[in-house]
Amino acid sequence: MTTLVDYDDAVRRYDPVLGIEVHVELGTRTKMFDGAEQSFGAPPNTQITPVSLGLPGALPVLNRTAVEYAIRIGLALNCQIAQWCRFARKNYFYPDIPKNYQTSQYDEPIAFEGWVDVELEDGTTFRVEIERAHMEEDAGKNVHVGGEGGRIHGADYSLVDYNRAGVPLVEIVTKPILGAGERVPEVARAYVQTLRDMFRALGVSEARMERGNVRADVNVSLRADASAPLGTRTETKNVNSFRSIERAVRYEVSRQAGVLDAGGTVTQETRHWHEDNGTTSPGRIKSDADDYRYFPEPDLVPVEPSREWVEQIRASLPELPAARRRRLHDEWGYADAEMRDVVNAGALDLIEATVTAGVTPAAARKWWMGELARTAKEREVELEALPITPAQIGALQQLVDAGTLTDKLARQVLEGVLAGEGDPEQVVAARGLAVVSDDGPLLEAIDAALAAQPDIAAKIRGGNMGPVGAIIGAVMKATRGQADAARVRELVMQRVAEG
Amino acid sequence: MAADDRTADTRPRAGDDLIRLSAADLAQALTGGEVSSVEVTQAHLDRIEAVDPAVHAFLHVSAEDALDTARSVDRARSAGEDLHPLAGVPIALKDIVVTRGQPTTAGSRILEGWIPPYDATIVTKIKAAGLPVLGKTNMDELAMGSSTEHSGYGNTHNPWDLDRIPGGSGGGSAAAVAAFEAPLAIGTDTGGSIRQPGAVTGTVGVKPTYGSVSRYGLIAMASSLDQAGPAARTVLDAAWLHQLIGGHDPLDSTSLTDPVPDLVGAARRGAAGDLTGLRVGVVTQLGGEGYQQGVLDRFHEALEMLTAAGAEVVEVSCPHFEHALAAYYLIHPAEASSNLAKFDGMRFGLRVEPTEGPVTAERVMAATRGQGFGAEVKRRIILGTYALSTGYYDAYYGSAQKVRTLVQRDFAAAFERVDVLVSPTVPTTAFRLGEKVDDPLAMYLTDVATIPVNLAGVPGISVPPGWPTACRSASR
Repeated sequence: MTTLVDYDDAVRRYDPVLGIEVHVELGTRTKMFDGAEQSFGAPPNTQITPVSLGLPGALPVLNRTAVEYAIRIGLALNCQIAQWCRFARKNYFYPDIPKNYQTSQYDEPIAFEGWVDVELEDGTTFRVEIERAHMEEDAGKNVHVGGEGGRIHGADYSLVDYNRAGVPLVEIVTKPILGAGERVPEVARAYVQTLRDMFRALGVSEARMERGNVRADVNVSLRADASAPLGTRTETKNVNSFRSIERAVRYEVSRQAGVLDAGGTVTQETRHWHEDNGTTSPGRIKSDADDYRYFPEPDLVPVEPSREWVEQIRASLPELPAARRRRLHDEWGYADAEMRDVVNAGALDLIEATVTAGVTPAAARKWWMGELARTAKEREVELEALPITPAQIGALQQLVDAGTLTDKLARQVLEGVLAGEGDPEQVVAARGLAVVSDDGPLLEAIDAALAAQPDIAAKIRGGNMGPVGAIIGAVMKATRGQADAARVRELVMQRVAEG
Repeated sequence: MAADDRTADTRPRAGDDLIRLSAADLAQALTGGEVSSVEVTQAHLDRIEAVDPAVHAFLHVSAEDALDTARSVDRARSAGEDLHPLAGVPIALKDIVVTRGQPTTAGSRILEGWIPPYDATIVTKIKAAGLPVLGKTNMDELAMGSSTEHSGYGNTHNPWDLDRIPGGSGGGSAAAVAAFEAPLAIGTDTGGSIRQPGAVTGTVGVKPTYGSVSRYGLIAMASSLDQAGPAARTVLDAAWLHQLIGGHDPLDSTSLTDPVPDLVGAARRGAAGDLTGLRVGVVTQLGGEGYQQGVLDRFHEALEMLTAAGAEVVEVSCPHFEHALAAYYLIHPAEASSNLAKFDGMRFGLRVEPTEGPVTAERVMAATRGQGFGAEVKRRIILGTYALSTGYYDAYYGSAQKVRTLVQRDFAAAFERVDVLVSPTVPTTAFRLGEKVDDPLAMYLTDVATIPVNLAGVPGISVPPGWPTACRSASR
């Protein structure tokens, strides 16, 4: 059993190197090579055709939309797009692969040589270089019945659901990610998160991690220092949540450091990630014995995306998340730290919508990052899950701007909205919370306060404005906070001057 | 076949009226109302019943389905509906063509019991045109062979001499047509499997241009070489069938988008006998050593006929043809080894569980393939697997693809000078059953003249210039 080395100690003494393969299922209506529909959660083996099942005689036909989506991804990752590329057959026997070969791009990917900037929590960016993005088809899903925990080992029998067989995938492979140092877990997570956000912005996938739309294989290796040759890597397969990615990288760094410290060598292998205890365990040993006998797929013709088409796709790319953040940062004039907090809190979309509803960026940030962030934290929900809309914040802010509500009243109205009492106007009406803007009742209250505290009234009349706060406070109390303090102050001054 | 069966006279006789008619003549008789499709279909079913115990051209006869189709065509005709010219003319299909609801084994035990849930595109076209499908014909297992002796379901016999091979892999289709069991049949040709059986049975076989006939629903052997085509007794009949099954298919990515040319018109013009202006190239490399004298004699007679009809006959060298066979026996097994991987007992066909030890997926796959595939198929899977292996790919598959390019260039250069190339289809006439079955190399050499056409993707036809030999031509 390997002794784990404390993570901080490990990264002090070793230079970790990352490599990440991300698979994304494309949200096309039909599969990569046939007309079978693909949607999540359909009953087993209902989204199949002779092609999906690899029946004798069936032939593949490439899904043009899938190619377009792959090109979108390639362009968003600053890749070059191949002028001519082919699919290959990756031959291996497994029951979830209907043809016993996977149709995949091998040495001729649709997109190659790119990069993407990943924003880290401290606001710095880290550039990840992309080796390639290629198209392939997904496999079916084996369901093991009997035995323990749905694993094949000890199962009575296995069933195969071919609904997923042939679902279009794009696999994105990084070059070795060097120089992340102790931040490797964060870089790994932020990279996958950046891709996830990008897939959604591009409209190529729902990119839901929990459904396996996005799956990451994480390669980790250690070397003595940045000048040493790359060490032997392990590939931890199917790490499918952001938190798991960070944990898996940390674990592998600690484990490999332990192996190396003990004078051992890291075995090149795939490893399984165990969500329950945060460890990895060895899977298949990768060796030269793996021979997929790749050869160009003779049932498909080469893919030759015209330059016009590629440029058309490039021109139609939506604004990507990083660019949008930069633009909004500039437009809103937030400090770097403020912007970072907004992004990390998941408030970007909410604030943008609130600004669209007519609220100034500063006020919008104050609402979402202040009162609402506190409420979300108390309720242990995401900001966007709070029962209040940017439009309601807009209405609330309008009431404040019009002087109908003081900040304090506005907070009470917010409380009402969050309690489900309706829109801000309804809460104001129902709770009777509007500012007392009629001078009459205010003057009455001021006179009463002055009369009740004659010594303070005398000091004020004598020109000492220091204790005026006590009078204002009394008036606020009398009006249950519904007075505008500044107006009360003005009226007190008037009263004193009158005499 | 039992010795008793061989006493049956499988040769055509006068008096077998309907079965002796060509498809074109049958079509005319049907159109003119002289005969019904039920009568024509029944005549062929009777003939099958009479001679197929001896010939064994069919693996499966679908009499009821064929008569159903015939009846509906007859009804439609009497209702005055617009019908395809071949409507009501029966046809046989090589068992490698996938047919919905009808057994499809490709001559292999591994597909025993499989009833496909879909029709091949060409079957859809044949059914839509109203041709009664008589059944499925025998073949070398998964189209690997040149004699039909590698069928998992017994030999087919040459109707002209039951002790001889009918060619292969499509020996069943050629024999069915030659024995007057069917006026038309579908074959598939990867290295000569339509043309060579045509040559040794005295019938016509056409390997269309690669991509001109849909491959959707043909059980793939070598995807870059496979092509379905017609087997018939006359060139005109072959043209009719070719024209029916040709054309673009969106389900086949390698399908050409060009419209089907007027093949029937071309066949009729050819039959008029005037070949003035046609430049015919005789391939130097196909016709020397290893060719039977009788084959060469018939071939030269055919050349004289061409000259007499006005064609200009010249000799053309295709220097890379001599490497074509070697390249073919790398490309073909390589692709086949991958195409046949799906036959694993998991989803369709034969499933064999190991008799001892654990029943894991891998072991079921191994047991199924071990039992389901015959020796020739295993030989080619092993060859292909080896040729594609890391470290050998460039030397074998890679080099073979380069040879393929050179063969294509030979054709391109030849077609600068001539319109068609001719050679004997096969070096010998039909050999005896059992003569070469244990000598794979001798068997492979049978296809030396037909293979270059598949490597280049050009069309080829085998016609009997005077039975029992055949002359093949290829054109651009």
